[in-house]
Amino acid sequence: MIDPALPSHMRPDRSFQGLLLALQRFWADQGCVVLQPYDMEVGAGTFHPATTLRALGPKHWRAAYVQPSRRPKDGRYGENPNRLQHYYQFQVILKPSPDDLQDLYLRSLAAIGIDTALHDVRFVEDDWESPTLGAWGLGWECWCDGMEVSQFTYFQQVAGFECAPVSGELTYGLERLAMYVQGVENVYDLNFNGREGAEKTTYGDVFLQAEKEYSRHNFEHADTDMLFEQFRMAEAACAKYLAAGEAGARHLMAQPAYDQCIKASHVFNLLDARGVISVTERQSYILRVRELAKGCGAAWLKTEAGGATA
Amino acid sequence: MPDLLLELFSEEIPARMQAQAAEALRKLVTDALVERGLLYEGAKAFVTPRRLVLAVHGLPGRQSDTREEKKGPRVGAPDGAIQGFLKSAGLASIDQASIQSDPKKGDFYVAVVERPGRPTPEVIAEIVPQIVRSFPWPKSMRWGSGSLRWVRPLHSILCTFGTEVEDPEVIGFEIDGIVSSDITYGHRFLAPAPIKVRRLEDYLAKLEAAKVVVDRDRRKDIILADAKDLALVHGLDLVEDEALLEEVAGLVEWPVVLIGAFEEDFLSIPDEVIRATIRANQKCFVLKDPKTGRLANRFILISNIAARDGGAQIIAGNGRVIRARLSDAKFFWDTDRKGTLEGRLGKFDSVTFHEKLGSQGARITRIARLAQEIAPQVGADPALAARAARVAKADLLTEVVGEFPELQGLMGRYYAQGEGLPAEIAAASEDHYKPQGPSDRVPAAPVSIAVALADKIDTLVGFWVIDEKPTGSKDPYALRRAALGVIRIVLDNNLRLPLLPLLVSATRPILGEAHYASHPHDVFQVGALADKVVSDLLQGLARRILKLTPGADVPVVERTEGQTLSGDVARDLLAFFAERLKVHMRERGARHDLVDAVFGLENQDDLLLIVRRVEALQRFLETEDGKTLLAGYRRAVNILRIEEKKDGERYEGPADARFLVEPAEERLAAMIETVKPQVVEAVAREDYAAAMAALAHLRAPVDTFFEAVTVNASEPQLRINRLKLLDEIRASTRAIADFDRIEG
Repeated sequence: MIDPALPSHMRPDRSFQGLLLALQRFWADQGCVVLQPYDMEVGAGTFHPATTLRALGPKHWRAAYVQPSRRPKDGRYGENPNRLQHYYQFQVILKPSPDDLQDLYLRSLAAIGIDTALHDVRFVEDDWESPTLGAWGLGWECWCDGMEVSQFTYFQQVAGFECAPVSGELTYGLERLAMYVQGVENVYDLNFNGREGAEKTTYGDVFLQAEKEYSRHNFEHADTDMLFEQFRMAEAACAKYLAAGEAGARHLMAQPAYDQCIKASHVFNLLDARGVISVTERQSYILRVRELAKGCGAAWLKTEAGGATA
Repeated sequence: MPDLLLELFSEEIPARMQAQAAEALRKLVTDALVERGLLYEGAKAFVTPRRLVLAVHGLPGRQSDTREEKKGPRVGAPDGAIQGFLKSAGLASIDQASIQSDPKKGDFYVAVVERPGRPTPEVIAEIVPQIVRSFPWPKSMRWGSGSLRWVRPLHSILCTFGTEVEDPEVIGFEIDGIVSSDITYGHRFLAPAPIKVRRLEDYLAKLEAAKVVVDRDRRKDIILADAKDLALVHGLDLVEDEALLEEVAGLVEWPVVLIGAFEEDFLSIPDEVIRATIRANQKCFVLKDPKTGRLANRFILISNIAARDGGAQIIAGNGRVIRARLSDAKFFWDTDRKGTLEGRLGKFDSVTFHEKLGSQGARITRIARLAQEIAPQVGADPALAARAARVAKADLLTEVVGEFPELQGLMGRYYAQGEGLPAEIAAASEDHYKPQGPSDRVPAAPVSIAVALADKIDTLVGFWVIDEKPTGSKDPYALRRAALGVIRIVLDNNLRLPLLPLLVSATRPILGEAHYASHPHDVFQVGALADKVVSDLLQGLARRILKLTPGADVPVVERTEGQTLSGDVARDLLAFFAERLKVHMRERGARHDLVDAVFGLENQDDLLLIVRRVEALQRFLETEDGKTLLAGYRRAVNILRIEEKKDGERYEGPADARFLVEPAEERLAAMIETVKPQVVEAVAREDYAAAMAALAHLRAPVDTFFEAVTVNASEPQLRINRLKLLDEIRASTRAIADFDRIEG
């Protein structure tokens, strides 16, 4: 149930930012650290080190954060009411996954105004796999009245390492959820700030121009020579930092190395959107990124936060 | 007698795994019970998205006691033997054993081991945790901090045991912190409270009251009946879909059938596209308007809850998603029709078909060439067949097929029709993929046949060349289906189509043989071969047919006599066709040994003739003449084999008339002389019935021969001549089949 004390501009069914704040509030109440987005370009909230790296090792961890996510290929020049090359994911990671995770998830939906006495919420099989991260898990896509609104995953492996304990990961597609609770058909019509009249700012006011500009960039103008070079540089830097951080049983630079892995992954996505990577090459690029991710995962497990003992 | 009720309550089990899991649970538990001497009267498993349930009816309260006599060593045996016996029999001292006397072996020890039967609940408490820990899920997972694996987190286990009249007991056990109980839970949203359960009857009733239909078949029945009723109310027919019904029955515990609508505008999209969109993305059913025979702008959805507002919001939400999906589909359909099929072909050059087999473009060129070659043999216009083959794959690059691969071919037909291409081309686009399964239609139009055969043969040859043949249960490229497709197309259309030349011809462009056929010197030097031949693959193949001469500076190779790469591949593939034909004919009641007998002859590559020959042979062998002749043939061959082995020589007819002394052997020789050309001639005009009839004339003379004549005569000349005569019997059957391979 939506908190009745909220002023109308903060209500999750009236305001995009209200929805986001309601989710943050809900998960803060569950003991999560509420983090800010990672300051790099990523394809999904999973790439944030707070998920990828923290999912590895024995230490308990609860975090929630919004992650702007870039999917260069999904750009539609602002012409498609449902597809964006930049959108927001709300990411929750609970390690170990609590027994009542499904229930917590459903309560979080209630907190943003989805009443399960009126709406048909379903858990439909969807096995998650990230070939670039060497990660996979089992879970569902969560449907609300036939629309996929979240991804629910129990991580089994990350960076090629078994997850023990297992993390439960929830990823909410914020725009879709907001469209649903606000009852709008076009993402650009979403009310962003919850105000009305002259004070109202829509999602389109904030992002439509950016969608057009980045679509041109992603599909037509992104400098592919530079990107190929950046990929090579990131790959080389990652390997270099991994080697430099080696200190016997410990590793001293897992996170800077992982940043380069993130970078390589995003550059690959851009090259892919530019259509300059053939089917065969595609696989080999994915494998190269995965190798980086594996190296970073191994390094992380040799750090304090990764559970290595002194 | 008491019953067992077991429920494994978890988070949502994938729909596609449910039926199999229920069956596995039933089998594993009942097998384990029987193995431990606990026979039961009946067992039934149930499954919902959140629970696996098993009820075993009529179990004994405990195992029966067992008594076993264990024989031990002789009295006075060495101490080691005695100690070993005590240990294995579980005795403390030898006084506990009795002594038995045997007239032959003397006195020896016997221990009586009595095992009292254990109470059934104790046995079940042992069985269930083992089964849960090793359950055969196709994919399982861990969760939280535990190590137990289940398909999704397992939350509780209900396990009760007892008769109707008593209060059943809870069979107590614990698996990774989950303690068994008599508690279950109702519907996730409609009745989530815990429920105390006694046995199956009240379990089903209480869950029904708590909005859970435990029986999957009942959920299916409810969905189907309600969907049909609802369709009827709107004057429409439900488009039934068993696979979809199976799936949705696995997504709900409390099915509520609702109907929604979308804009009529979308009906300009082909029905199949609408159906695929609504089915794949939304798991909803579509409806047909009986007046037009086309789809109506309605859909049926199955909700998991009875909503407070009667489902208004659920219908609205689903409708919104369906509209968005149909908008995408309409956009794809409209976009696709802006271009032409043939206009897309250029792009295939940059699409990889398989990394070792090059681009789709190259493949299409090969198929077109092959279709053109096949065309005259199947009554199709060669140019039209080649064009149809080029167009046939073009829909793979359309947006609709990109989204719904299952619509390949069908969309090609729509687009070809829309472009006004010849009807044969439109038909070939759809039909060249056929037949897909045993119940699928076999193409019958000449152009479709040519393209379908060319497509399948190119696929087979390609994967044969790169050595990706099916092995065991693995057939990732569906090559068995492709071969069977060729067989069915040929047989159903009564086509006379020798395969070997086609296979050779199809192999050549893949191997690039044309290249070094025109540069014959290249193949004689491995170094040059490495440069000229495009891939390791070709080198590997080349090694199979080229003989290396060791020792030379530059390795010199020469071609193995009579071998070519394409011939090699084609012959190997033909053997695969023979295997598939055998399977196919066996399924239709033909004897596999007869197929072998016909394939045992050289160069059998005409499927239709092979089948006719097998059929004629089978009919012949069912007659008295056939049976007796086969017996005579065997007798002849047996004698020949023994004598040829003895003499180290092979005897071949014809027999020398000068040494035919007995009337019976004269008659046989004369008959062979008459029959042999008749058989050959009948086979040549493909009249196998006549060939068999001619062969039947040998029966009486062969019979008489064995009655009246001793093969192993004392005069060597007579003996050898008779052996030659026996070989004549063997030889005359050879025109029809290899009789050695006939069984029974």
